[in-house]
This record gives sequence, structure tokens and C-alpha cells, in this order.
Amino acid sequence: MNKTVTLTIDDREITVPAGTTILEAAQELGIEIPVICYHPHLTANGLCRVCSVETGGRVQAAACVTHCSNGMTVQTNNDAVQRGRRTILEMLAATVNLEEAPQILALLAQYGADAERFAGGERREAPIHDDNPFYIRDYNQCVNCWRCVQVCAEDAQYAFALNFEGRGFHTQIATFLNDPMPDTTCVFCGQCVGVCPTGALKPKRQALLEQGFSPDEVFEQTRRGQRKKHTVS
Amino acid sequence: MTTSVDLTLLEPLLAQYNGRSRDALLPFLHDAQALYGWLPRPVQEAISRTLRVPLADIHGVVEFYTMFYNEPTAKRVIRVCDDMACRLAGSADFIEALETRLGLQSGQTSPNGSVTYERVPCLGMCEHGPNALRNDEPAGHLTPDDVNNFLVGAHPEPRIQKYGGPLLKLARAGKVIPWSLNDYEQHGGYATLRKALAQTPEEIITTLEASKILGRGGAMFPTGLKWRYTRSAPGTPAQKHLIANADESEPGTFKDRGLLEEDPFSLVEAMTIAAYAIGVENGWIFIRGEYPRGYRRLVTAVNLARRAGYLGQNILGKEGFNFDIEVRLGAGAYICGEETALFEAIEGKRGFPRIKPPFPTTHGLFQQPTAINNVETLAAAMSVLSIGLDEWLKLGTAESPGTKWFCLSGHVVRPGVYELPFGLTIRELIAMAGGVPDGKAIQAVLMGGAAGVFLPPDKLDVPLSYESAKANNFPLGSGVIMVFDETADLRHALYQLGHFFAHESCGKCFPCQLGTQRQLEILERIAHNGGPRPGDEAALQDIGFAMTKTSLCGLGQTAATAVLSAINIWPELVASEQ
Repeated sequence: MNKTVTLTIDDREITVPAGTTILEAAQELGIEIPVICYHPHLTANGLCRVCSVETGGRVQAAACVTHCSNGMTVQTNNDAVQRGRRTILEMLAATVNLEEAPQILALLAQYGADAERFAGGERREAPIHDDNPFYIRDYNQCVNCWRCVQVCAEDAQYAFALNFEGRGFHTQIATFLNDPMPDTTCVFCGQCVGVCPTGALKPKRQALLEQGFSPDEVFEQTRRGQRKKHTVS
Repeated sequence: MTTSVDLTLLEPLLAQYNGRSRDALLPFLHDAQALYGWLPRPVQEAISRTLRVPLADIHGVVEFYTMFYNEPTAKRVIRVCDDMACRLAGSADFIEALETRLGLQSGQTSPNGSVTYERVPCLGMCEHGPNALRNDEPAGHLTPDDVNNFLVGAHPEPRIQKYGGPLLKLARAGKVIPWSLNDYEQHGGYATLRKALAQTPEEIITTLEASKILGRGGAMFPTGLKWRYTRSAPGTPAQKHLIANADESEPGTFKDRGLLEEDPFSLVEAMTIAAYAIGVENGWIFIRGEYPRGYRRLVTAVNLARRAGYLGQNILGKEGFNFDIEVRLGAGAYICGEETALFEAIEGKRGFPRIKPPFPTTHGLFQQPTAINNVETLAAAMSVLSIGLDEWLKLGTAESPGTKWFCLSGHVVRPGVYELPFGLTIRELIAMAGGVPDGKAIQAVLMGGAAGVFLPPDKLDVPLSYESAKANNFPLGSGVIMVFDETADLRHALYQLGHFFAHESCGKCFPCQLGTQRQLEILERIAHNGGPRPGDEAALQDIGFAMTKTSLCGLGQTAATAVLSAINIWPELVASEQ
């Protein structure tokens, strides 16, 4: 099975093995398609849609999950594509805190997105979860890329400590009934922190250093320090 | 809130579901909630252990479906439709009277824990608006004077309002006893299955292809082709599925409810015929949680059909023809009408739509070949076999033969389901429904549903057929025709549309989860909080563009369609005076 397909991306022809995504084929040509949720080592779910490109269809195609096909003509950055990306980024900027998401901030600048366009609308807010010595969860910075949920489940760890609550705009990452992490099946492998693109998940040591604690104080609070006692209310 | 939970109540269910797996999660949650009124922590933990589903995943599922409750909720839940058609029928007065009587706002439970009250999206009973559900009991045509009777369950249940003709698919509904197989047989029931079993599956599919039936749920995929794809997909009949999509939930859509409630055996027979033609052994009916009466009657019909040998092994003596049906009840999620989200729901997950391709005919339920058809589509296929292809082709237009169910609601004298051949104009259909009450003029008609488009009064002379819809840029969709008279507040209607999609967005892809919310905020301000501002129209256009072009599934791709059509016709609705 060495089947290949030939397509055109931004007026350049390329032949790739069948099953190659548009994102991968474009990369081979040196054409960068922006992504937010996509991570090369995780299952692509086509969530953020900023990788959407025109392929001549009724709707645009998410490059991270759309396979190349013979004769396909792809436009990765025309006006329609840019309009979609810009609008998604503007809506996202009005929803969560992107201060620690430099890649997304760079996209906002690149696409001329006005971060204040939808200011005043509802933001997706949540209390900060500081419930274990290893990492802090601040879902005010969470864009719902699902990476943490995926590495916690079948994409890596099979711990299944994380899932969702709410629906639509109000969807957030959550544990069972919002239990503190030590009361869940979390094994503190740290993979969720490693794949988080926005600083919503942060090593506790880093957070404390950023807050101005000295390394000794940080050590007290994380390694040797008292683990917080949790009582179920 | 600390509540003691008597887990001994749950023991029979734990025994019943022992050995089942994740795909039993939704029915298990329904059954458990029926015991407690909600799903307390230890109950969810027990369900998690029994089905071997992670606790976090249980939480995700309970949180996704609006009819499952994590928090103490009364065993009696009052759900009142707060959507467009009921509003046009005068629901605001009833809602006000009800809320005053209960002393509750939406989402609240009475202090003594006896009743929970919710305003909800369209309940699919628009011809009976204003309408509501008192637990499993539907009630319609509610006025402020009916509040007390409704609350004690003394308000009469509404019956199907069917009009038009020839009534093929709705021939029996309203005439037969819905829970009597005997009565069904005496009204010609199961004659078509016998006729079908005398043909080969290939003959039936060829007939279906010639009938030009397109999917009646709104997506308009050729039914014969879908059956052929599923039939030819790799796998044995035991590895394939047939699903009746009875999850109609789009505001203004109530076309399938009549059949489900008043003639459930028809769907069972139609599915059995489809199963024979396609070569599948596993049948499923997924019915929305807001149709409890239809659910009960379908369960009864399936059980009676099985007992009589119409389901099971070697049906009607046809060697090797095995087929059975499981009825599944949704739990409050419009998105589960999307075919792949529906698969996820049956599999016991959040109703997130999947990426397509792969398509259901090869990778559907449990990743196995699946034919999923709308209820009316299955009924139409049975009608073709019942009256014969020649008679079917004589009805309607050349490109759109046969009949279609239209849901007339809003400002018409006789709202209801109209079964009619394709080809009448919208104006003729409205006239057939008695026109607009009190001789008022038509301001607008919403075509196809919440995901459809508005038409102005001068565009109502177009025929209702697939070719005309395509030429004139309106969708037939789920057959919705909602009439707004000259007094209707269209800005409020747009706000309601925005509210519906924001409420029902699943939250999977960014453009829909963010766009439905931003769209709602602008439409709400325009309608009720200061009016349009400069930049609103451009914002709505950009949001609509992003949702339409980049959303993952059909919900997001159509969540702005009606709004954009209204802006196009009546720019003043969103134009700023500044």
C-alpha cells in the first residue's frame, strides 16, 4: 500500500502518501497553518478551527483532521480563511485570559484581530483550583483544547481524572463533582501540565516563584510542606 | 446540602445492569434518577462501578444532558416551553401566571422540595402552544386560568392535529389505539412487511432509489443510496445497525411526534422493512427526552411486536431474517439529533458530534456500519412499498415525488402537521391552515426551522419542493413553517433563536461555542437592552461567517442562518440609528 495523492496547496503541487492531512502536507511545503488545539502527539479533534482552509467545499476544512485527496485545491490563507480565523480569535480573546498564551497572542497580532471587539461580553470564569502540591489549575486561562483530558485518558495515562462540565460556551474541564485532585484518580504524572498551551495548568513551583516566593519557601510548600488536608463538604 | 441517600433503593437496578457496559449509561442514569429525583454522589459512584465507567466521565455525561441533575431536584419537574411558537401563541401570560403561582424562577426548586420549575427550549408541541410538561405528562393550549389544573395533572393531554392529504404516512395516527397491536393489524398494519418479505432486498432498495426519497430530517441525503451503502459495507447483519432518529428538537419541529405517539407500530414495521432491505440485525430508536409519552408507547409497541414474532429470530418465518429494536430515551440535548452525536449518546458519552469522514454507513454506532434515518423517512419508505412506486411517483412534482410532513405553527388558525404532496406554495399551505387569525397581515415566515431562513411576505408564492427550495434559496429542513403576523416582535424572535443555539451548542468546536454566545449577547441587547449599536451588524455578519464556514458540525454551520437571512431582508432590525 504505497498509494499517493497529488494536490495543490496555495498554487503549489505536492504528492503525499494517502492519509496525510492538509496540515502535514502544507508543513512539507513550508506553509504554516496556525493551530491552537492541535498537538502532534495527541489525537486531533478539530476543535479550535483556526486551521480551517478553503478546499472549494460548502464549508472550510479543518486542516488538522482533513485528509488530502487527489486533485484537491487548498487555499490556506485567503480572505475568507483569514476572516474566519480573525473572528474566532477575537471571540476567544473576549472569553478567557490569554496573557500566558504567547502563541495565541501572536496569532491575534498576525491576523489583525481586535482583542477588544467583543469586550464586555460574558467571560468564562472559574475559581483557581490550588488543591495539590504539584500543579495549579486556573481555568480562567483555559481555551478548551482538550489536551489535558486526552493525555489523562486514552492518549497517554489512562487515569481518567478529568472530563467536562457544563455545555456550549459554559463548558469547562472538571473532575468528578469538582473533587479536589488528590481525591480523584489523578496520578500526578504531570502530562496535562506539559501539554497545556495557555498556562491554565501550571507547576505549583513555577506559580509560587512567579508570585515572589523564595526557593526555600517554595520547597516548603511543595515537597516537604504539609499537604493540604481536604475535607469533603 | 447534605442529604441522606438510601442506596438499598438502587439495588435492583445494580443487579439489572450488572455486566452491562458503558452503552447502558443513559438508561441507567434515567432509571436511577426516577428513584431519587436526581443523581446523588453515591448513586453516581455505584453506577460508575457497575458499568466500569470512570467517575469523571459520568460527571461529564450528567453535566451534558439538561434532564440529568447533580443537585437535589424535586421528583416533580415542570418544564414550560419558552420558545418562539409558544411565544406567538401567548406563552408569556401563562409563564407569568405560573411563576407567580409557584413563586419560583426558572431553575429553582420549591423550599419544601416538592416541585422544580424550568423554562426550556421548544418541547415539540408547537401546534398546542403554549405548552408544558408536568413530569411525563404533556399539556397544551395553556392559559393563565389553567395553572391550577395543570399543576395537579388535571389538564387534558393534547392529541395529534393532522391535516392535508393524501395521508399516507399519517393514515392511522389518531385512528388506532397506539398500544394495541391487534388494532394496528386491523388497520392494515404489517401488510407492507409481508409484501416486502416477498421481494428481495435488492428489489426494495432499487424501488427506494426510484422513489427519489431524500432524508426528511433536513439533510436530504438520498435514502436508497444510504441503504445501499450500508448494505454493501463490510460486515455481517449482526455487525450492522439501523437507527430511527426520533430526536427532532429544532424549535418549530413537531412532525414526527404524531406518529411516535399515535401510531408507534408504524415505525416498528417501517424499521423492520428497512432492516430486511439493508441487512441489519440491530435496531435502535433514539427519541428525545421531552417525548416521554412517545417513548412509553414505542417501548410497548416494540415489546408487543416481539411477543408476536414481528421482531426477533426468523421474522414471519423468513429464514435467517433476525431483527430487534432497543428504544433509547434522550435527556435534553438538541445536538443529539446530529447523527454522530446520537451515536455518542447511545454509547454513553457526551453528545459531541464526530469528525466526518468516516461516514456512518461504514463507521457509525460502535464504529460499525449504520443506516440512520429520520422517522418520517422510514415512514415514507414504507409508504412507497405500501402504495407501490407508480402511485408514489404520481404524487408531488417530478423531482420531489411523494408527500412531506409540514409543521405549521405560529400565527395560523389551524396549526398542526400537514401531510401533503410536494408542490403547493407556502401561501396555499397557510391558506389551508385557515390563514392568519383576525385577518392580520403576514410579516415573516420562518422556513425549515431554527436553522432555516426567514422569508418576507412577497416570497410566499414559491412551491414547496426540493427543486424550488434550491432555486429560491430556502431550506425545507425539517418542514417547519412558522408564521409571524404584523404584530410579532422579530427582534425578540431573533433573540430566541440566539438563545436556543447558545443553549444547545455542545461546546466542542470554538466557533460554535464562542459564536453562539457572542451572537446571543448582541441579539439580546438589540431586543431588550438598549437596541442596536454601531458595529452590531458587522459583528453578527462576522460571527455568522465564522460559525457557518468553520464549525465542526451542522449545528454550528446553521446557527446563524436564520439571523443572517433576517438581517438581509430587514436590515433595520440590527441597524443603529446613530
